Amino acid sequence: MRRFLSLALLCFLLLGITLTAQAQSTDAASNPTNDAAALELLEALDVESYTAKGEAITAILQSDDERARDWLQALLDGRLQRTDNGRFVLVLENRGRDWPVADVLTGEALGEMSRRDLERVGINNNLRNQLRSAIAVVDLYSPNVERRRTSAERLLGEVDGELVQPINDLIEQEEDDQVRYRLTQAVAIYRAEAGEMAGVEALDGSLHPRSRVALSRAVNGDDPVIANAAAASLAGIEQQLKINRGLETLYFGLSLGSVLVLAAIGLAITFGVMGVINMAHGELMMLGAYTTWAMQQLLPGQPGLALILSIPAGFMVAALAGVAIERGVIQFLKGRPLETLLATFGISLILQQLVRTVISPLNRTVITPEWMSGSLVVNDALSLTLNRMYVLGFALVVFAGLMLIMRRTRLGLEVRAVTQNRAMARSMGIRATRVDIMTFALGSGVAGLAGVALSQLTNVGPNLGQNYIIDSFMVVVFGGVGNLWGTLVAGLSLGVINQVLEPWAGAVLAKIIVLVFIILFIQKRPRGLFPQKGRAAEG
Amino acid sequence: MNTLKRSTHPRPFLSRGRFATALLTAAVMGASAQAIAQDDDPIKVGILHSLSGTMAISETVLKDTVEMLIEQQNEAGGLLGRQLEAVVVDPASNWPLFAERARELLAQEEVDVIFGNWTSVSRKAVLPVVEELNGLLFYPVQYEGEESSENVFYTGAAPNQQAIPAVEYLINEVGIERFALVGTDYVYPRTTNRILEAFLKDEHGIAEEDIMVNYTPFGHSDWQNIVAEIRRFGEEGKPTAVISTVNGDANVPFYTELSNQGIDAADIPVVAFSVGEQELTGIDTGPLVGHLAAWNYFMSVDNDDNYDFIDAWIEYTGDDMAVTNDPMEAHYIGFNMWAEAVRKAGTTDVDTVKDAIIGVTVPNLSGGYAAMMPNHHITKPVLIGEIQNNGQFDIVWQTPSTVAGDAWSDYLPGSRDLIADWRKPMECGNFNVVNGSCGGSTAAEEAEAALAE
Repeated sequence: MRRFLSLALLCFLLLGITLTAQAQSTDAASNPTNDAAALELLEALDVESYTAKGEAITAILQSDDERARDWLQALLDGRLQRTDNGRFVLVLENRGRDWPVADVLTGEALGEMSRRDLERVGINNNLRNQLRSAIAVVDLYSPNVERRRTSAERLLGEVDGELVQPINDLIEQEEDDQVRYRLTQAVAIYRAEAGEMAGVEALDGSLHPRSRVALSRAVNGDDPVIANAAAASLAGIEQQLKINRGLETLYFGLSLGSVLVLAAIGLAITFGVMGVINMAHGELMMLGAYTTWAMQQLLPGQPGLALILSIPAGFMVAALAGVAIERGVIQFLKGRPLETLLATFGISLILQQLVRTVISPLNRTVITPEWMSGSLVVNDALSLTLNRMYVLGFALVVFAGLMLIMRRTRLGLEVRAVTQNRAMARSMGIRATRVDIMTFALGSGVAGLAGVALSQLTNVGPNLGQNYIIDSFMVVVFGGVGNLWGTLVAGLSLGVINQVLEPWAGAVLAKIIVLVFIILFIQKRPRGLFPQKGRAAEG
Repeated sequence: MNTLKRSTHPRPFLSRGRFATALLTAAVMGASAQAIAQDDDPIKVGILHSLSGTMAISETVLKDTVEMLIEQQNEAGGLLGRQLEAVVVDPASNWPLFAERARELLAQEEVDVIFGNWTSVSRKAVLPVVEELNGLLFYPVQYEGEESSENVFYTGAAPNQQAIPAVEYLINEVGIERFALVGTDYVYPRTTNRILEAFLKDEHGIAEEDIMVNYTPFGHSDWQNIVAEIRRFGEEGKPTAVISTVNGDANVPFYTELSNQGIDAADIPVVAFSVGEQELTGIDTGPLVGHLAAWNYFMSVDNDDNYDFIDAWIEYTGDDMAVTNDPMEAHYIGFNMWAEAVRKAGTTDVDTVKDAIIGVTVPNLSGGYAAMMPNHHITKPVLIGEIQNNGQFDIVWQTPSTVAGDAWSDYLPGSRDLIADWRKPMECGNFNVVNGSCGGSTAAEEAEAALAE
């Protein structure tokens, strides 16, 4: 790859002079003579030999055509194609059997064409690398800062002797701090690998993996002074990395914990507070996730808005389903936990198969909105994934909301009254049946919210609920039945324990260890982390 | 001693004679019944794919594929002048139920052939049943190999038709020097990774510390730590790739986490053996562009046979966005091979068809031909495709010719000396070329072991 980069950059630099000179003499890109030349350049691409194609790509790079980058990008994406009658077209959208196309030279839309009539200009992996490098080099001179940043990032570890001078020139002209920093780093990596003291010094404290590789190569160099300096920097970097790794594991744990909390908190209400074992809890989560999918289908092109609207919608759908389950089945099985368990397990299977038959057995695509993808870069060694950060925040908000409802509203007061002493509460004029419905609706609705959040992390399919039901019960029992704080603490701590164990025990074993730990814990403290106290606990 | 022997001997003889007579009568009666049946009764084709439960996601389309092929065959005049009839059962992703349903198909419905199964454990469960009742089973999914049954035809890829060429591609074409083998914790990934590890070490001299192996439970959804580990594994300065045998649902969170942690296909490419067009329909493929998959067929193959198949499939399903995938092509090949063998044999009789099918060659969908080998595996081209933003694969590399499926891997110590050849006179699925003996069928034990897990 390094070979391609330096080659491409050299070509480009040599031509840079002619390019500016010509730019003054020639006018806009799409005059007839220019198009004829462009067609010739493209014709050269459509040959059998990959070597000849490589030369054609270099020729396009050296041409002064403004559309060169678009052509190269289209070629890289496989969207540069040829019709039966030899016209070069750009495929705008390659879904389905008929694709909309546009003329490559004029950009004129040509309507839809059958893919049988189109022949793609093929490339192989070597050419792919060459194209990526070519585009990166063109981008280094782009007025677009984002493109320059990506391109500079790509240069790390790819610089060689010939490139140092042109890059230094670029550094002087560069206005963006980030691009300049990356370019300086790229040169420093080259210098450190070449055994120069200046390079090693410049890399001190840099956490980028390429810097670390460069320094470890410098450690093995001939000059003991430089090798010692490199070793010292490396030790410092390793120390930094260790701290970052710890922070990263903590974040992973909290984010896994937040998923557990979200999945379990609805159950903490229906199972913990009401004492109903609802095996269909997972399927209520699935309904929430499918609501998100349905919302995105209703609002095509606006995944973010659809996701936000899914929060109330998912809550409502799951809450209504919960009410239906409560009224239809659970109320008749009051005080018979085993039968409730079996009945709700049956409901969960029915709901799963219903989704398979009505919607599809296949997973549905839920799009992650732009602002939720990617990660927040703290430093070169630590970046926090955004989707999980949102879920973590969402879990805390849901928890706070629930606490508020249980502690500060009349509904919360009534729920607590009914669960502590049903007969007494009824004699005080509380309509226990109504409270039952409301509580179950609340718990189910929260499951729906969990589903909305999970749609951003995992598959939206009929099996979604199954994967979380066991974990949910585990968290509630571990935290102490009937205690919302217990659920929060249990969920987060189980998440952290799991993620700390995982790197050295493996995912399978880590899960088993956590389970065994909980079983032992429950033996010692059957009421969980935060047992309920007082007379209510006896019931 | 002698008297004892003499007195015990005649009895079994007698009963054996009686048994033979009974058998003969039955055979005569059966033959006459068959002669009558052959004129008007339809040929029964059993379909043994899960339509409910966790595997429904993958298997439902295969049931539809076989039904479509049957419909097409009937429109073209059927087979031997008889119509074909599909007998569909639902084993509901429940492995022991697969065996029961297979028994139902063979004993009660008396089907002439079965197309079915997806997971290896379900195939192992069915093995003793098809061997006992002498059925024909066409298995369309890529699998771990180390098996060759007299009654099963493997139209999916063996490891040497998928995993090995993919790794060679990575080493020779991409220049990868470090491998992370990531898989779901069950038999297919474990066996495949065992073969790959041995292959990497012995054939390419890859050091122990340059291979990372990781297993996760089914449906694993929290990939943060593993992806971070892969990222660090790839930051050591050597070009690194991930070889993924991650199964089904766990793939979506895996790829999402990869893209969120900023791992690009240009940095660390992931080559998957279980991710096809069908699986990608449930994923937003934008962030996956450039990651790879190795199969023997892609929907994007530029070939008129393929376009005809796709058009027929879209028409059959009535869904304009319906996709085709590798196991569907395997059924297409398997169905045509069976039909060709029946035509050649002039009967649907299992033993005759079994002999006739070896050597049968039919077109595949990528412009070449597939031949049934004596070990009941077929020849296939190996294609490497890059994921595109439209959920399709862009073919970046393919083997110059087709590769014959190897039932017993050459890279594992136990299976290196074994070969399978179901032609006369060998007729053995696990013949040891070193000591010259046939191991015989172990279907019952294997099924027991697989189901016990």
